Amino acid sequence: MLENYLPVLIFMGVGLLVGIGMTAAGLILSPHRPDREKNSPYECGFEAFEDSRMKFDVRYYLVAILFIIFDLEIAFLFPWAVVLDSIGTFGLVAMAIFLGLLVVGFIYEWKKGALEWE
Amino acid sequence: MLDLILSIYKIPVINILVKIIVIMVPLLLTVAYFTYAERKVIGYMQVRIGPNRVGPRGWLQPIADAMKLMFKEIIFPSDANKVLFTIAPTLAIATALAAWAVVPFGSELVLADINVALLYILAMTSIGVYGIILAGWSSNSKYAIMSTLRTAAQVVSYEIAMGFALVGVVMAARSLNIGDIVEGQSSSIWGWYMWPLLPLFVIYFISGVAETNRAPFDVAEGESEIVAGFHVEYSGILFAIFFLAEYANMILISIMAALMFMGGWLSPFEGVSALGLGDSFLAGSSIIWLLAKTAIFMFLFLWFRATFPRYRYDQIMRLGWKVFIPITIVWIYVVGLMYYLELAPWFIKG
Repeated sequence: MLENYLPVLIFMGVGLLVGIGMTAAGLILSPHRPDREKNSPYECGFEAFEDSRMKFDVRYYLVAILFIIFDLEIAFLFPWAVVLDSIGTFGLVAMAIFLGLLVVGFIYEWKKGALEWE
Repeated sequence: MLDLILSIYKIPVINILVKIIVIMVPLLLTVAYFTYAERKVIGYMQVRIGPNRVGPRGWLQPIADAMKLMFKEIIFPSDANKVLFTIAPTLAIATALAAWAVVPFGSELVLADINVALLYILAMTSIGVYGIILAGWSSNSKYAIMSTLRTAAQVVSYEIAMGFALVGVVMAARSLNIGDIVEGQSSSIWGWYMWPLLPLFVIYFISGVAETNRAPFDVAEGESEIVAGFHVEYSGILFAIFFLAEYANMILISIMAALMFMGGWLSPFEGVSALGLGDSFLAGSSIIWLLAKTAIFMFLFLWFRATFPRYRYDQIMRLGWKVFIPITIVWIYVVGLMYYLELAPWFIKG
């Protein structure tokens, strides 16, 4: 079974090579004439003011945290769905209850306004 | 001479490399001509004729574009983190291509027949977002950073909806192997998973459009707000690589939708004796059917872009979290019920 994964590994290598090869070709073939104005960060013609790595809205962070919870749930659902035939009605009901707990949490965060974007 | 070539071909690594090239070259050509098709299709939808100068009817346009981008200067902004700035496009294209290792093109036509193929594809498309995040952060430009934050949050949100939609497919097929998923849909057109999983099918494709940052979910590069988004500082071939990765991902979403919901290489006329097709080409499974179904979804991407105005960012997040996720969770319960009731022809316990 493990030898089936060799093509996957080689494919990843070839994918990386395509990226590296194109980058290298571009670097070699293209002209290189930098000057101060050309290399300044683009900001609609203004001189860049402040550092661009600024503070950002906490809601992006909140989305990332909520994502981890739900993605973990999906990671549990995949193996469960594969063995559905051998775990019978008990397994089906157990996951229904487990998913129900997640739904309670989901309703809570919805009511708390964690999903609001104005 | 022929014996020599055959004996070289029998070396496993060479054999695999030849197969990889057989997948990769048509894929990259498809990407190139997909960009041409996009400009032509959107052109005609807007009552223009699109590119028509390079070669007959503009057929050589994508090649001219590639050559031009290859010879354009690559600008490294003075504030940028140069190493990450150079790595980011490679990361994007490597993951976009690597996902194709497990995509089957027929019941025997598959490079890596692994039993966790679906999980692998999900993992690869998830890693792809790092290319965008690295590009935006390393550019050290305000537009790029804003676009990165938006993209990361958007892709992550729609990945949940997409994951739940795929759980429905796995529950129906009880396998993560894509070949098994397709075989589970055989018998007739009514055996395709798009019928019992219709809401999941629609959500999967719309989430796919959002995942690849295409219109109407393209706030990552909304020209009117943040110029070009995360690749605003990129030029030359580095920009072209991002472009390639985005289109390879669009084709991947299309072929996955065809494989998981529309029976892949199975014929829509399978099991219909009334038409009198018998064992003819139209009734049999073939790669032609898979490519035709994939083309439908690829065309939808272009059609969406020509038709729909861009969503506002808060609308995108509302659609993902407050519409798609509740629907998918409810439908997983429905699929569970259908499985319990052994609804034929899709849910036969075995």
